[in-house]
Amino acid sequence: MSTGTAATTATGGRAADAAAPPRRPGRRRKRTPARVRAGLWTSYLILIGLALIYVYPFILSIAASFKTDADATQNPLALVPETVTFAAYERLFTDVPFPLWFGNSLLVAVIVTLGRVFFDSLAGYALSRLKFRGRTFVFLFFIGVLAVPGVVLLIPRFLILQQLGMYDTYSGMIVPLLSTAAGVFIMKQFFDSIPVSIEEAARIDGAGTFRTFWSVVLPMARPALITVIILSFQGSWNELGHFIVSRQSPELNTLTTGVASLVSGQLGSGNQFPLQLAAAVLMTIPVAVLFFIFQRRIMNTTAGAEKG
Amino acid sequence: MSGVASGSRRGGGIRRGEARAGWIFVAPAVVIVGVFLAIPIVLALWVSFSDWNGFRSPLNPNVNFVGLENYAAITVDPGLDQENFGRAVRNNLWYVVFVVPLQTIVALLLAVQVNRAVLRGRGFFRTAFYFPSVTSTVAIVIVFQFLFTASGAVNAVLGFFGIDGPNWFNDPSGIFHNLLATVGVTSPPPALAQDGPLGITWWEWFAGPSVAMSSLIMLAIFTTSGTFMLLYLAGLQNIGGEIDEAARVDGAGPVRTFFSITLPMLRPTTFTVLTLGLIGSWQVFDQIYVLGGSTAGGTITTPAFLAYETSFNDLQWGQGAAIAFILFVFIILLTLFQRWLLRERNPRMRTPRISRAAATLAADSGPATDPTTRALSSADVDDELSKGDRS
Repeated sequence: MSTGTAATTATGGRAADAAAPPRRPGRRRKRTPARVRAGLWTSYLILIGLALIYVYPFILSIAASFKTDADATQNPLALVPETVTFAAYERLFTDVPFPLWFGNSLLVAVIVTLGRVFFDSLAGYALSRLKFRGRTFVFLFFIGVLAVPGVVLLIPRFLILQQLGMYDTYSGMIVPLLSTAAGVFIMKQFFDSIPVSIEEAARIDGAGTFRTFWSVVLPMARPALITVIILSFQGSWNELGHFIVSRQSPELNTLTTGVASLVSGQLGSGNQFPLQLAAAVLMTIPVAVLFFIFQRRIMNTTAGAEKG
Repeated sequence: MSGVASGSRRGGGIRRGEARAGWIFVAPAVVIVGVFLAIPIVLALWVSFSDWNGFRSPLNPNVNFVGLENYAAITVDPGLDQENFGRAVRNNLWYVVFVVPLQTIVALLLAVQVNRAVLRGRGFFRTAFYFPSVTSTVAIVIVFQFLFTASGAVNAVLGFFGIDGPNWFNDPSGIFHNLLATVGVTSPPPALAQDGPLGITWWEWFAGPSVAMSSLIMLAIFTTSGTFMLLYLAGLQNIGGEIDEAARVDGAGPVRTFFSITLPMLRPTTFTVLTLGLIGSWQVFDQIYVLGGSTAGGTITTPAFLAYETSFNDLQWGQGAAIAFILFVFIILLTLFQRWLLRERNPRMRTPRISRAAATLAADSGPATDPTTRALSSADVDDELSKGDRS
């Protein structure tokens, strides 16, 4: 799912008629070239049709974010605005505290990602490698927690933040997200899979447990770390529920809660679609960038890790 | 590395201090998860048995234990609370009935098409289908609201075919009621006019998803099918092309090959997709919240949203918590069922290396599928991670 392929495909998809070289020529091609060819054509037709359904809404939305309100309402299908206007984007910086929301989201996502990488790998390493009394209990504790559905946590989270006096603070928004059982498991499973010999060597050389973990084991865990980074960043960037119940001040709005308030609030009334769509476009960009960059990287690094 | 000097040398055996280190290492994660997940659940359980009204702490002495009162109010005591809960369950039930099979079929269709060995541009198609899963629900809802307004793009397209599209997100009418109306049935037959479960008449139970909910069903399929496509792709790559080819050589046509060979071999993946879908689609919250919850005559309200609204807006915390716990138990049961199912089939569930990362990524595709992460990471992702990197 790399960007490279994506870029070449716009033309490749159309140009690749039946002449596309089958990867396995041989008997199948000799026997049923016509059938394969016909099947391939059907596949392309289906795929292009489906791809249009999946991609077109985004293209239309981007186009509409550059339209005037009236234009967006009257010509919902037009890909080219009557007059290209940046009014919607300008309003995001004047009528709406969009930069503030963006900053809050960024702050939360970065700290949560760093926290999860650190705490989850620490715990994962301990569960995988270190022998200590109660390890099985801790392991079962995380297993049990895995099954808890996120959506039923809304009320409980609010209650505890109230009790601890953390409601409506950055710490209340961030700290509960700093570690997840899922992240701990991803890290544990990864550490389970790498040979113990390298660490033993480090230990014999006299490195302490943390030192071994930090400078020997963690660098080897890059593939799993990248997985945790992506999951954490994307998860906390897109998180809505927790930020609904952990804060109420407008200054603490993240992109999700802030933009959601655009939809239901005053600015959501009437036909102010360009404004909302512009917000949706801007809030999607960071995750989209992450997605396109890391998609390839994950595959490369995991492939590389196998050598070790 | 130079830091590993003799200065930091520790006396005694290599294993010395390991127990202490172990606890120190797990402590932050255990404390965070314990304080912000395990303890709060206990606190909320207490609230669901209390008459706490949101003032001061739920642990203050003025709060009384009321037994099962809150649970009774929404399940057995006739009244508005019961009806609201009944409608929320009805809404979500129809949502599940449509979303789970449809997203599975679409995901399978996408995967089978993308998986063709001779296909050019697989990367592009995979990205295109998966991208909606990565974006936030808030953004997707905005896009859908824009597309599905009364004079929006969807109705414009329908207009080409001479169809007068509905006012999607604001239309509370049930689609089965609408179908019946086309043949002249607009009021319930006597048998269906009686009360069914949870204080709702059978006629209402059988209304089907409202038009508004149908838009949300489409939204769900749009955002989740890419995720599940990746799972199916993993399954397909696992099967490999050889068996398929052998069947073709033996003279089976593509349709026959698909239904007699591919589909049965994909059964473990299908189980995963179905159960994950089942668990996920009982947790719809974000979409409903962004849309304002009570629009479309309350026909898009789900139990998850009702729990939130009852607590935070109506300040009936006990009742809200009770709804949340009923949902909690129900979803846990589904999860246990899934784990049991997958444990049986684990050996055949191995997924190939390439798709591992993708499936991991897929695991947390957003708030809507958050449970997916959990279920997946326990069942599949771990498997994949540990297995793949050893080989």
